Amino acid sequence: MAAEPVIIVGAGPAGTRAAQRLVSAGLHPVVVDENDRQGGQIYRRQPPGFHRSHKKLYGTEAGRARSLHDDFDALLPSIGYIPGTTVWGVSDEGLLTMRGSEVTILPFSAIIIASGATDRIMPLPGWTTPGVYSLGASQIALKAQACTIGRRPVFMGTGPLLYLVAWQYLQAGVKPAAVLDTSSLATRLRGLRGMAVRPRAVTNGLRYMAALARAGVPLRSGITPCRIEGQEAGVTAVIWQDAKGTLHRTACDSAGMGYGLRSETQLADLLKCEFIYDTRFSQWRPKTDPDGRSSRADVYLAGDGVILRGADAAEAAGKLAACALLQDRKIPVPGEEILGLRETLNTMTSFADGLAKAFPWPARLAAALPDDTVVCRCENVTAGDIRHAATAYDSPEINRAKALARPGMGRCQGRMCGLAATEILAAARGEPVASAGRIRTAAPLKPLPLDCKVTS
Amino acid sequence: MKTYLREPARADVIVVGGGLMGAATAFFLRTHGLSVILLERDLVGQAASGTNFGNVRRQGRYLPQLPLSNRSRDIWGRLPELIGEDAEFLPNGHIRVTTRPEDGERLEQYARDCKPYGLDLTIMTGDQARKMFPMVGPDITTVSYSPHDGHANPRLAAPAFGRAARRAGALVVERCEVTAISKDASDFVVEAANGGRYIAPMLQISGGAWGRWMAKSFGEDVPMAPQAPQMGVTEPLPYRIAPVIGSASGVTEEVVYLRQVKRGNIIFGGGRRGTADLVTKRARLDPMNTLRQMPCLARLVPAVSQLRVIRTWSGVEGYVEDSLPVMGASPTVSGLFYAFGFCGHGFQLGPAVGATMAELIATGSTDIPLDPFRMSRFTQDAATGPAATATRQT
Repeated sequence: MAAEPVIIVGAGPAGTRAAQRLVSAGLHPVVVDENDRQGGQIYRRQPPGFHRSHKKLYGTEAGRARSLHDDFDALLPSIGYIPGTTVWGVSDEGLLTMRGSEVTILPFSAIIIASGATDRIMPLPGWTTPGVYSLGASQIALKAQACTIGRRPVFMGTGPLLYLVAWQYLQAGVKPAAVLDTSSLATRLRGLRGMAVRPRAVTNGLRYMAALARAGVPLRSGITPCRIEGQEAGVTAVIWQDAKGTLHRTACDSAGMGYGLRSETQLADLLKCEFIYDTRFSQWRPKTDPDGRSSRADVYLAGDGVILRGADAAEAAGKLAACALLQDRKIPVPGEEILGLRETLNTMTSFADGLAKAFPWPARLAAALPDDTVVCRCENVTAGDIRHAATAYDSPEINRAKALARPGMGRCQGRMCGLAATEILAAARGEPVASAGRIRTAAPLKPLPLDCKVTS
Repeated sequence: MKTYLREPARADVIVVGGGLMGAATAFFLRTHGLSVILLERDLVGQAASGTNFGNVRRQGRYLPQLPLSNRSRDIWGRLPELIGEDAEFLPNGHIRVTTRPEDGERLEQYARDCKPYGLDLTIMTGDQARKMFPMVGPDITTVSYSPHDGHANPRLAAPAFGRAARRAGALVVERCEVTAISKDASDFVVEAANGGRYIAPMLQISGGAWGRWMAKSFGEDVPMAPQAPQMGVTEPLPYRIAPVIGSASGVTEEVVYLRQVKRGNIIFGGGRRGTADLVTKRARLDPMNTLRQMPCLARLVPAVSQLRVIRTWSGVEGYVEDSLPVMGASPTVSGLFYAFGFCGHGFQLGPAVGATMAELIATGSTDIPLDPFRMSRFTQDAATGPAATATRQT
């Protein structure tokens, strides 16, 4: 056994800590990462030639970022590190990766998936107008390229990232035109009890809001997004309704949107891991035990790619998944280490549950989308098309609707639109969203060049 | 509490299996005025019918199959008037291309042989073909052009027939797993996992790769096994490739084919097949096969090498040992009919299989020759079965 290496997919907080723990037990894992530089999303490193300080890039999290970067760099002699490379498929021979047109097969004895998450998107009329970004992309623009999505952006959606990104833009000298949260104050307060287990995180969030308010940025809660106005030249305004039902028009030149996160679960699906519907986050995820074991003996999962608990939890979960793997190989792991990590994660889970309550996915918005709104951008499928497939064509689940009306059939395979499309289908049939299933994953996970060459 | 016994549903005909064959049969049975119940384990057209390449191709087929295939081509052209939608049928031609002289000679021979069946093919040199189809690669030396063949969307065709059958009065029951089929003195009795019972004097088995299991209920066995076609699709680009382009190579790995849909994506398939499992209902797409297809596709149309593949898929297809389907009346059980095991070349045939089986069931006969596909080739004259060499590729 175990002639082949352990492969860790993803070099963010979870992947890094998993690698570190395996190395400390004498293993030599291989870390494959889609990004060119280690760090993941939240601790994304700036490209070569940029020289902003950690403090400037990561604010209150500068210390954690520094430690995650330094610890990884120290691992380099003991691991295989394959950056800038995307895992796109699974065959009998191993994981299939691509870098440009170069395909490599990576045999493995086990895999730790630390694939992270991306923004959860809710379509709305006009969201395909140039100048509309996800919150994550708005943040990447700042961190990676030191530029902004516009001079006067509106940030809209819900979740802690909404305020963090708006605050980061303010720090960078760009004053947002507004921060519009679909969650009401009362709803946010309901989540506070769970979040109180991590007072520092709550304080940070409140600090961002206070700073935005002091700078005169309108912060509105309990809003309903209506549409984004603009033409080919770009966004000109966001139209939204306040809690009382009054329409507002906020002029802007760009918009960043996001409604919490969506775990990147495609690789686990290709590996045929069992999935469950997680009602807390209203999405499907690979089934795991508390330590990160999947339904498959050789696949472990950690971080936001399986449960949305944030970066600090991802570090603990990465380490714990590595411990689980070591235990399964009869390599001794101190009992108190496991217990300590589980306890940390329990706290993080309470906090995440509180966050999910405070900033809920507004499923009602999907149900209320006008028929002519494009939901699947890749295939230009509207909400009305999905409803037609759901009712007139009697599609009980999303893959049937996909076959008949094409939502999720394009380049992104439904990563962006899939959850909203499923909500629309379920609502149109008056059935619970869990019964509408989830879009099946297929290789290649990302578009694969037809001129690719297999190298070994 | 009292036990509720559901009344069994009765009809003239029960069709077990709602793929393209079963759905089309149900639809055409209604045009003959027979009442019909269509039972589908999952959703209509979900297995091989919905996952195949989408070829509406006559050329290259086993010659005695051409009358059935010609009938189907006629129905494909009349889908809007028959079922109210066209399933994206594009009769923009089909070309089979080769790079080797011996394969070219086979194409020429086939073009001569199929003429008496009413199929007119044009044989061209590579250069002649490139004048007409400039996307064809420089290695191609012989091309066989069938101008009235084309392609359609398999995801739409069977569901469209299913809905049309329902509109015409058929009882279409989806998510209905058949657990037992038996026959008493006069009637077939079908029991389903949902507790339903269905009774009819006539029954058609059109269970695709699962047809063998059902036929076995009546002691009739077919040597067949499931396999998984290896399909893929590229990102979209402007619509330029009118005909389906398929390799006519004698080497399995090289036999790939592609078609461009109106919205621009290029769909491809061929080469080695994968494994499929009848119990889990899963057909395996081996991404190594996708990698093997790539250089072969680029040989047909070099420009595709600049594209990217965005998705791959497979489906469970039933392959009979002699590469021909099982079609027609049971040799031993009266009222029992078969239409399954289409060996990956059934999509084009589907509409005519429905029309022909409905005709056979309703009137007792059909002008379409079905003898090569008879069940008795395995059960009665197994030792002297036809030496069929049907060309696969659908």
